[in-house]
Amino acid sequence: MSLLDVSNAFVRFDGVTAVNDVSFSLDDGEFVGLIGPNGAGKTTLLKVISGVLPPGGGRVVLNGQDVSDKPPFVRARAGLGLSHQIVRPFRSMTPVDNVALAAGATETRNPLKALARTDRTAARARARELLDLVGIGDAAEADPSNLPLGYLKRLEVARALALEPKLLLLDEPLAGLNHVEAGRLADTVTAINGQGTTVLLIEHNLSEVMRICRRLLVLDQGRLIADGAPQTVMSDARVRAAYLGESTEDADAAA
Amino acid sequence: MGAYELSLLTLIGINVMLALSLNLITGFCGQISLGHAAFYGVGAYTGAMLTTSGQPFLLALVVAALFAAVAGVIVGLASLRVREDFLAITTMGVGFLFLGVVRQQEWLGGELGISQIPETGLGDGGFIMLVVGATALVFAASVYLKRTWMGFAFDSIADDEDTARTVGIDVARYKLTAFAFGTAIAGIAGCLYAHYARIIVPDAFGFTVSITILAMVVVGGIGSTIGVTIAAVVLTLMPELFRFVNDYKLLLYGGLLLLTMRYSPQGFAGLVRQAAAKARSKSEATP
Ligand SMILES: Nc1ncnc2c1ncn2[C@@H]1O[C@H](COP(=O)(O)OP(=O)(O)OP(=O)(O)O)[C@@H](O)[C@H]1O
Ligand SMILES: [Mg+2]
Repeated sequence: MSLLDVSNAFVRFDGVTAVNDVSFSLDDGEFVGLIGPNGAGKTTLLKVISGVLPPGGGRVVLNGQDVSDKPPFVRARAGLGLSHQIVRPFRSMTPVDNVALAAGATETRNPLKALARTDRTAARARARELLDLVGIGDAAEADPSNLPLGYLKRLEVARALALEPKLLLLDEPLAGLNHVEAGRLADTVTAINGQGTTVLLIEHNLSEVMRICRRLLVLDQGRLIADGAPQTVMSDARVRAAYLGESTEDADAAA
Repeated sequence: MGAYELSLLTLIGINVMLALSLNLITGFCGQISLGHAAFYGVGAYTGAMLTTSGQPFLLALVVAALFAAVAGVIVGLASLRVREDFLAITTMGVGFLFLGVVRQQEWLGGELGISQIPETGLGDGGFIMLVVGATALVFAASVYLKRTWMGFAFDSIADDEDTARTVGIDVARYKLTAFAFGTAIAGIAGCLYAHYARIIVPDAFGFTVSITILAMVVVGGIGSTIGVTIAAVVLTLMPELFRFVNDYKLLLYGGLLLLTMRYSPQGFAGLVRQAAAKARSKSEATP
């Protein structure tokens, strides 16, 4: 069954067509990598799916529900979790509260009911589990403004997971992590996928992408130029020309 | 306490309520307002119109809160469409719009306002107790609200509303709720003020008043219930202690507002927190 259907997505910024007539579907339980050179439109496509950016055209159907005209909070409630490429922690809150707020999404669903509830114990306990899961439990009570990028990237992932999403959208979660940390987080995401969460992962770290993704989508200049099994996609001449010209070694190492 | 002290106490109570009501909108939910006095005015005029036409005071108080909240939600709806910097201008415009309308309306007394506002029927002592009780209630409600999940959601909106949306927060509804609550309390404060002063004129709800309320919130520490309360008390006493303050209120409070935003954006509460943190690290360093 398909969990996400994107059809004819189109985004144009003045002068640049960032996403050009992109269509694809994700089946329930898939683990898909979205790759492409800098400026290919990956982040923009993710914003169209999450509703952060109103597209110039196209439709997004999530879990059978047409959410094309729905704001991001409705999509979050419909089962979508998002981690940003440019980290956006709530800076007035500790990491544990950042994640607890998302874990308590049912508490904040209705403002008046939210007014009647004060207990954050369960949400904070869940938040701590998730911070441990992504490996930043030691920074649970830190000031986000003092944390290195690698921590904030993982905070993004933990906060997205706290929504218990059906579809997890990750925008370069491994950036800023060292080799060991990146491998560990990739394994964690794989395990989460193993429990049934569908994952769409944007990542420049090709060796990790080749290791964990079972299907790849390739964007180039806003167009979807390939979609298929990682090995097949990587040997596609168009992909090599468009994307791998600058990093042939990575692809060769991975192939 | 003499009559003067009791009158001052009433005024302090009203101003604390007013400052806390703006703190709910600007401090908790992060929505700047340069026209809060308009809602104070809606409450004052509504209350005064009702009691001068013979309606009971308590009914007037409830309707004043209601009318102010309706006005607040309307402005809130407009605010959903504008970005932060424009919100300041929009709310400032609302403040001037209110004054403009009230000044023109014969039935609202025009420039002369409404005089001979009747007694509340509670007696002087009863009225003061009502004001003090209401102030305490608003204070307690503020402290409580900050601890609830609503307060938690407000924190996230004040911080980064786009990200709040991605974690499932219905930002628009929360903002409207903040406007409704904050302006309803301002309306109550207005109705209380009208029956304290027994005469109201448009200027009592002008730009200077909006800036004064905002100064109380910012100087006290945006979002800090205790800080804002202290600032409201101090800034209410200032013109009483120093006559000249009254003549230069806009200049002084506007200046204070800008200085605080420039040099200590967390206000008085922020300075205390910093000092406490410093003291703590010092005592840890020299055990
Ligand atoms: N807000 C914006 N305004 C104008 N142009 C934009 C905006 N956001 C993105 N673009 C442009 O759209 C194109 C696609 O950008 P996007 O960020 O989606 O690429 P990307 O594939 O995520 O790149 P990267 O790998 O560097 O993150 C780029 O040319 C970029 O300059
Ligand atoms: Mg990107």
